[in-house]
Amino acid sequence: MTDRMNNTYDAIIVGGGHNGLVCGAYLAKAGKKVIVLEANKHVGGGAVTSELSYGKKISSCAHFLNQLNQKVAKDMDLAAHGLKLAASDLSTIALAADGNHMHLSRNDVSGGGVSSDDAEKYKKFMSLMHEYASTLGFLIDIPPIDIFNLDWDDKVAAMKLGWKLRFGLGAEKMSEFLRLISMNIRDVLDDEFDNELLKGALSFDAVLGTHTGPYSPGNFLNFLYRIAAGNNGAVDVPVGGMGAVTSAMKNSSIASGAEIRTDAPVQKINVEKCAVTGVTLQNGEVLNAAIVISNVNLKTTVLELVSTKHFEADFVKRTTEIRMRGAAAKLHIALGDLPEFAGLEQSDLKNRLVIAPNQQEVERAFNHAKYGETSERPMMEISIPSLVDGSLAENGHVLSAIVQYAPYNLKGGWTDAAKAAFLETCINRIGEYAPDIRKHIEHAEIITPKDMEDQFGLVGGNWHHGELTLDQMLMLRPVPEASRYALPLDGMYICGAGAHPGGGIMGAAGRNAAQAILKGEAS
Amino acid sequence: MKKYDVIVIGSGHNGLTSAAFLAKAGLDVLVVEKNEYIGGATVSRNLHEDWKYSNCSYVCSLFRPEIYRHLNLAKHGLQVVTYNGGFTLTDSGDYLGSYRDHEVMRREIKRHSPIDVDAYDRYYTDMAKWCRFIRPMLLRTPPDPTSFKFRDLDELRWLARKFYDLGPRDLHDFMRFFTVSVGDFMDQYFESDLIKAHKAGSAVVGTNLGPYSPGTAYVLLHHYMGDVDGAVGAWGFARGGMGAVSGALAGAVREFGGEIRTNAGVDQIMVKNGKVTGVRLQSGEEIFADRVVSNVDAKKTFLDMMDPKDAGEKVIKAAKRYKSRGSSGKLNIALSGVPTFTALPKGSELIKGDFHIVDNMEAYERAYDEWKEGMWSTSPYLDILIPTLTDPTMAPPGKHFMSVFVQYCPAKVKGQDWNDDLLKQFGDSVINNIAKYSPDIKDLIEHVEVRSGAVIDREIGLTEGNIFQGELSLNQLMFNRPFPGYAQYRGPVNGMYMSGSSNHPGGGVMGAPGANSAREILIDMNISTTVPEDEGDD
Repeated sequence: MTDRMNNTYDAIIVGGGHNGLVCGAYLAKAGKKVIVLEANKHVGGGAVTSELSYGKKISSCAHFLNQLNQKVAKDMDLAAHGLKLAASDLSTIALAADGNHMHLSRNDVSGGGVSSDDAEKYKKFMSLMHEYASTLGFLIDIPPIDIFNLDWDDKVAAMKLGWKLRFGLGAEKMSEFLRLISMNIRDVLDDEFDNELLKGALSFDAVLGTHTGPYSPGNFLNFLYRIAAGNNGAVDVPVGGMGAVTSAMKNSSIASGAEIRTDAPVQKINVEKCAVTGVTLQNGEVLNAAIVISNVNLKTTVLELVSTKHFEADFVKRTTEIRMRGAAAKLHIALGDLPEFAGLEQSDLKNRLVIAPNQQEVERAFNHAKYGETSERPMMEISIPSLVDGSLAENGHVLSAIVQYAPYNLKGGWTDAAKAAFLETCINRIGEYAPDIRKHIEHAEIITPKDMEDQFGLVGGNWHHGELTLDQMLMLRPVPEASRYALPLDGMYICGAGAHPGGGIMGAAGRNAAQAILKGEAS
Repeated sequence: MKKYDVIVIGSGHNGLTSAAFLAKAGLDVLVVEKNEYIGGATVSRNLHEDWKYSNCSYVCSLFRPEIYRHLNLAKHGLQVVTYNGGFTLTDSGDYLGSYRDHEVMRREIKRHSPIDVDAYDRYYTDMAKWCRFIRPMLLRTPPDPTSFKFRDLDELRWLARKFYDLGPRDLHDFMRFFTVSVGDFMDQYFESDLIKAHKAGSAVVGTNLGPYSPGTAYVLLHHYMGDVDGAVGAWGFARGGMGAVSGALAGAVREFGGEIRTNAGVDQIMVKNGKVTGVRLQSGEEIFADRVVSNVDAKKTFLDMMDPKDAGEKVIKAAKRYKSRGSSGKLNIALSGVPTFTALPKGSELIKGDFHIVDNMEAYERAYDEWKEGMWSTSPYLDILIPTLTDPTMAPPGKHFMSVFVQYCPAKVKGQDWNDDLLKQFGDSVINNIAKYSPDIKDLIEHVEVRSGAVIDREIGLTEGNIFQGELSLNQLMFNRPFPGYAQYRGPVNGMYMSGSSNHPGGGVMGAPGANSAREILIDMNISTTVPEDEGDD
């Protein structure tokens, strides 16, 4: 460990979220003297486990592990540092009002009145999606190609991309891909399937964590993203909740020689002669480094931590225009006992339960968000992790659900009354499928997008530090001048979800940033 | 037996454009039209006494000046008259006027939002920039990105170069512009909701998307990139109604020796051993030709006019997936005088332009939500014009023609087919909306023609009445229009071509798809082309 008195580092990372920890680990591994500064009492950012009620714990932001970058998991040897899976490759159960629920796995679908024809098409469709994902997935692990000053790696990547599109996929699938890429999920699914429940559940995957509805063009790409990132989109549950992922990352970075300080909120990033010199903590302490890496979203980094005077007006304008609308809330319920879901065995309940009856209803739920209202009939992704991980609840169970839609800027604001009302709406919604749930509820809370901003620094309540839409992807993410992790300010970098390839507990941004920094030094 | 070089199915403006250029190249061309009148959606219909209704398309701007010149349409009587003015009425009884004079426009914007004045300049410059960027692509055939033919690779290179030359800053702006919603786009410029709504209007006209749906900013451009006499972004009336456009084109066709037959609906495109042999009319009559050009939209062409065996599985599937949903309706109204709009200053010239009555973005988006539920919007976005204030030839002296374009209006009403009763309800609701702002309009109405998408579909064959012959969504533009592999105006069988707005660069009275299709046919025939390239009008 580094001597505390010596306040000079090779690199300082602002923000101990998963990407910060990953970036720190890679840099430390490369022999850099690195410190990761976290404002909260614990690291983890959006991947944390916290107490819900006495003896009950819950993953308070992200609740499934479905996008963890496989290279990161391997390089950091997270398994050796304490990451264990309580359940892996869970299937999805799309809940039906009539109790005839639908079971979806990677390429099979059954129940929910799905026709054999649709089941066949589902196989074909998903295998095509996985083919697209595996062909283009490599883009996630490299910095966006900078077509305006191509270095050798860019040229290789560009050629690889062209080759994979044209010969990997072949002419037919390539042109189909170019057609699909900008489509809305609704048309894509309507073109393929008949079963409404099936289309509802799949469309929910596309709109999850976005400010879009099934009708919104472009969100087919979000659907593909879920499959391309992580382990082919397999949905896992870590032992000890999502906090276990980031604590494994923490252990790994420490083992590689990184220093981690919690309770160390950064007040500003220091700049002298057009280059960063380090940071000043809120307690006045100054840490020096020629490289500062912000795991905080670009807006906050530029407007608050560095100050706009060190950047050109146009860069600042683009930064302020980054769209960061979150529309998902989090529902947490402490249960005395398991509720009965009509038509489901207890053994089914460990899976990913989805409430998205059909695309039209998902779109209707979204309509409200557009006008700063909460959905009357919200859509949900439900997890009951205590079924696979006893450590989360000494007795009884905990239920965690992502709820859409809940706008960040609710008309009239997120008052306690508004929160209570929406909590009721959500519980009633689950009640439609689990009528007896109320009598098992010990405690229930709702985490609004506003809360996510306050608790996890997710500005606008957006998981991705900037919406993942066509105009905010690849070389355009978060803004072109910062798409390669280096800001137009010597020594200043970003490594967070706001950068390519975006959020989700992936860690790819942290890894790419570290490699960009090391490469920059090498050259 | 007589055999033509080319038969063109459908006498819409693109079919006639294609036919004219082919005839000009010396080919023996026949245009067959199912209706008793020519023009498709560019018509001046005499549906009430001495009125002439532009009862489908109603304004002119996108029509390519190159075509106008090279077919000498002036000689054939096409005269486009610019109109000025236009306004958006507010619920509060105020208005936002459109003025050609930049200074006056700035003052008007200042009246509503001082800080938006500079934003307006920035907006204006940026739009002009994107127009100049996109216009040279209109009279070109999109490359096939999967092909290795020299021409495709060369065209791809040309495109890549064009984008590269924008530089990082403009490329970013363009990518953003190309993919964002018009709502988000407006937010980058303006503060005033009224100004946003006023500007955003044309971005969803004819589109089954809301102002906050990604991709709609591009549709805005699609309505901006036209010009009248070189004034980019200007709109005008074809003197005598839109029929003057098809009339002039028909004149050109005949001048070059082409024939046009009306009341000749096509039943099927005849194919023998993978090669086109001609068309069979609904009357059973067969007309023979080596090449057939369909100016009908992609759905009807491949699903109704071809034997599935000829079209092939792939094309049938693609045609079924081709999106051409109807989202708009139209009222054509004969007025005995000029209606008063109480918000406007007395004798204001603004009424000579296009005016609208949705004054905020949310109302606009809510109008879209109703369409998604299969209903027409209770307070729709209206694009209203009174051409007779600029071109008196369309109505008896002192009387007027009013064209009311309505967004949104579904192809089916809550799943139910349109009938006279529904049409009446729809028409009444629109007129009541206008009457809120014009107390005397109802007394001035002599005759109303109400057109839903279904009516337009039945009459002129635009599927669901989609005014662009297929949606202008990103997945149906450039080499994806109408669908991958068929974006170069060639059909699935030898000698078959497409010239309609289902093809690049899409809808609007532009003539570009027609001209491009003619170019491709002449290339295949090794005949030196009569089709002009972009001549960089600005």
